[in-house]
Amino acid sequence: MTTPFAITLGVGSSLANKTGSWRVERPVYVDRHPPCNNACPAGEATQGWLYQAEEGNYEAAWRLIMASNPLPAIMGRACFHPCESACNRVQIDEAVGINAVERFLGDRAIDEGWTVPVSAPPSGKRVLVVGSGPAGLAAAYHLVLLGHEVVVYEAAPQCGGMLRYGIPQYRLPRAVVDAEIDRIAAMGVRFEVERRVENVADAMQRGAFDAAFVGIGAQRGKHPDIPSGDAAKVLDAVSMLHGVEEGALPALGRRVVIYGGGDTAMDAARTAQRLGAAETILVYRRTRDQMPAHDEEVCDAALEGVQMRWLSTVSRADGGRLLIETMVLNDQGLAEGTGHFEELEADSLVLALGQDTDLTLFDGDVAVDTTRGVVHVDDHQMTGHAGLFCGGDAAAGPSAERTVTAAVGDGARAAAAIDAWLAGVTLAPTVIPPLASADRLNPWYYADASRTLRPRLEAARRRSNFDEVVGGLTAEDALFEARRCMSCGNCFECDNCYGVCPDNAVIKLGPGQRYEFNLDYCKGCGICATECPCGAIDMVPEHH
Amino acid sequence: MLSERTPVRFYQVGSFAVGNRLVELERRSAQSDPRRANSLSSGHRACAGCGEALGARYALDAAMRATRGQLICVNSTGCLEVFSTPYPETSWRVAWLHSLFANAASVATGVAAGLRATGRDVVRVVAQGGDGGTADIGFGALSGMFERNDDVLFICYDNQGYMNTGVQRSSTTPGAARTATTQAVGPQPGNAFGQGKDVARLAMAHEIPYVATATVADLFDLESKVERAMSLHGARYLHVLVPCPLGWGTLSKDTIALARLAHETGIFPVFEAEYGEVTSSVPLRHRTAVEEYLRPQKRFAHLFDKSGAVTSPDVVARIQALADRNIRRYSLVPDEDQ
Ligand SMILES: Cc1cc2nc3c(=O)[nH]c(=O)nc-3n(C[C@H](O)[C@H](O)[C@H](O)COP(=O)(O)OP(=O)(O)OC[C@H]3O[C@@H](n4cnc5c(N)ncnc54)[C@H](O)[C@@H]3O)c2cc1C
Ligand SMILES: Cc1ncc(C[n+]2csc(CCOP(=O)(O)OP(=O)(O)O)c2C)c(N)n1
Ligand code: SF4
Ligand SMILES: [Mg+2]
Repeated sequence: MTTPFAITLGVGSSLANKTGSWRVERPVYVDRHPPCNNACPAGEATQGWLYQAEEGNYEAAWRLIMASNPLPAIMGRACFHPCESACNRVQIDEAVGINAVERFLGDRAIDEGWTVPVSAPPSGKRVLVVGSGPAGLAAAYHLVLLGHEVVVYEAAPQCGGMLRYGIPQYRLPRAVVDAEIDRIAAMGVRFEVERRVENVADAMQRGAFDAAFVGIGAQRGKHPDIPSGDAAKVLDAVSMLHGVEEGALPALGRRVVIYGGGDTAMDAARTAQRLGAAETILVYRRTRDQMPAHDEEVCDAALEGVQMRWLSTVSRADGGRLLIETMVLNDQGLAEGTGHFEELEADSLVLALGQDTDLTLFDGDVAVDTTRGVVHVDDHQMTGHAGLFCGGDAAAGPSAERTVTAAVGDGARAAAAIDAWLAGVTLAPTVIPPLASADRLNPWYYADASRTLRPRLEAARRRSNFDEVVGGLTAEDALFEARRCMSCGNCFECDNCYGVCPDNAVIKLGPGQRYEFNLDYCKGCGICATECPCGAIDMVPEHH
Repeated sequence: MLSERTPVRFYQVGSFAVGNRLVELERRSAQSDPRRANSLSSGHRACAGCGEALGARYALDAAMRATRGQLICVNSTGCLEVFSTPYPETSWRVAWLHSLFANAASVATGVAAGLRATGRDVVRVVAQGGDGGTADIGFGALSGMFERNDDVLFICYDNQGYMNTGVQRSSTTPGAARTATTQAVGPQPGNAFGQGKDVARLAMAHEIPYVATATVADLFDLESKVERAMSLHGARYLHVLVPCPLGWGTLSKDTIALARLAHETGIFPVFEAEYGEVTSSVPLRHRTAVEEYLRPQKRFAHLFDKSGAVTSPDVVARIQALADRNIRRYSLVPDEDQ
């Protein structure tokens, strides 16, 4: 045997020693369901698109949003972001500003004119969509992507539903609404406005539609029986906001009372302030804590000068004044009248006590269950009538969240179900992996970074205009904010497993390809799993 | 400040994780490189979760990167030598030399002298050993190497005991720790307090060009220290804390977590010094009470009951006091005015 100078024995490599045989547990890479995704009613792959945004791949990020939600710029303004409430980063500092990044991406798409190509071959099927609110828009968008011919019948003169006639411009500029609806129209969806559907079965038959999605929302403001004198000016919030949008400014007077405690009440109050009311007073029957309105809305209303009277009900309305009864919370926490009354001067009373759906289009020979004023649907948004689907506010029970986001989710789910129904197949149930809970993270690895705040218009500048209150993030801030995401439960290629293995038993497959374990040498120590920042490695028992 | 943390922009995990797809290639760690040296390759016989195997690869890969592979490594006897080279196999992918337990520093001195004499001093020399080979039996050779300012980086992998021969006490074993020779019996169970050696401070007393400490929990810091050491000549010393699942009685998966706790509690201060003066220290990110570090270790089990409650508050307080002194001495909590 010849050996180099000063080496007397032949050398072999320890690679001959397959230490993998020691293992009692083996590591496996997993993809868990991030809590943000889990909380999104529109079914967005939030963590997935944030991952793209982290790298500055804004277009890819936007396309991932578009895979479920066709309205990112709207969503980045109007959504109440349940994703952020669920975000694991709360445990470290504050939730990731997901909504702000979504808005940035949505606005970027509008600026750049990005659109989604329709690549599916034409199916030859025609689908009717009734209503062009977020539910109808989402359904139409997904149906057209699936190759169907889609026609939307809309009763109002313009499309958008509550996106246009409800949510005020200072929260959702109409240019944004127009841009996102135009994009859907350009993809081939035909919108027919001022076309109210009186009877859905007739409309389907006359238009030779193979299926229909009904997303008619809840357009009628509730008018409870409040004894009123002739001179009293009483109107409801949705009609008022609708009027503002059509340029028919309601004469509210100097002193306006808004009755209710939901988001609609806040919007009515903030709109009244902008229309020049000297005083806007919100009257609500329960306490501040029990107000269904989102906290941010309540704070903004207060900041803009809206006064609030909790534990009060309106028991009579006359010209120029209201009779208010003081309430008290009983043992069960319910509001009860005290019999103590007070007068309150008011030029007008705006009722924001909820909305109902006009269900007359289901009259006649359709098997649609509308008990308690809600359209009942199955898990696939189908009504009792085959081929007739419904979603959005019209199908949301009183306890369900009535939001733009939920409406988009319903529309998207319905589109998939309609597609399957038209093809005569049953939808495979979606398998959702277990949750990427916070206890699976190794938070030490994440750099400290507090949340970026969006700029806001000063309260003093909000009085007499409908300028947008909340501003957008700069590109730099949006990138920063995206990078605050911890990629819960999904590998983000930080190389930690590759680095921390004492046995070099992790193979790095290259950018975008993630890693693989080399089970010839992995001893199953589990360090990779403990040290994975985002909890994307499980240790499972080995069965030798 | 040598341990470079992301200066301006923010990159999700910053420089805490091994790699980061969001930063430029040159700023990533040696460990994240798919073509890293893998100085200690697979198939070695270290226990599952061995901190010493990990620490040695971290340090030598960084040294290999810093010297572009022009490196000779001298190893003293100990686990690191035994688990890596049972004839006819070797795990080393670096020029590697083993002589005895006590004399790694002297052999390295000789290697450096030989290279210089033959005009090949672009080749750099690292010597390495365990805490026994460094603080105890090898200390005379090491002190001589320091005193002569020989051109060698000596790396001690401190697992706080003679692990290879069955977990006997060394002069870096902490107070109260149970080992085979300091049983948890009698009025003061475990290792005695107030004895032992702080080798980094002893090295500083030699006023050599560079002394640093590091742990396997902070890779960027460790690599930057190796890099700094290799940019200098003369005697240099790096002391790396490497938890030992077998000797400490810990779960193999917790090796890095324990090294992190050793730092975050102040028990193991991470700093660097030049010519006898401390020049920087790594602040604690989340200051933690020492019992969080002690509780998971069986060698400290006699300080707790089965439920994990402290049963020897005086001993825990004494260890806490040592940690607090480190925090003051090395300014590990920057805003703290102590
Ligand atoms: C003032 C206000 C503010 C709100 N703010 C927010 C918010 O900030 N964030 C949020 O998430 N949610 C908000 N919501 C709730 C949200 O707007 C709704 O949940 C959502 O718009 C419901 O969508 P939809 O598609 O079901 O119905 P809608 O948006 O109501 O759209 C229904 C559409 O159907 C049309 N239509 C009705 N009947 C017929 C018919 N027979 N034939 C043809 N067309 C018909 C209507 O004209 C309308 O365009 C707000 C609601 C209001 C009223
Ligand atoms: C002169 C001499 N005495 C004793 C031994 C036996 N021996 C081999 S390794 C070792 C302990 C090594 O301890 P340490 O240096 O801390 O390294 P570890 O194994 O803990 O990594 C001992 C005592 C020896 N090889 N040579
Ligand atoms: S940190 Fe990222 S992945 Fe985790 S919940 Fe928040 S947004 Fe989702
Ligand atoms: Mg040792």
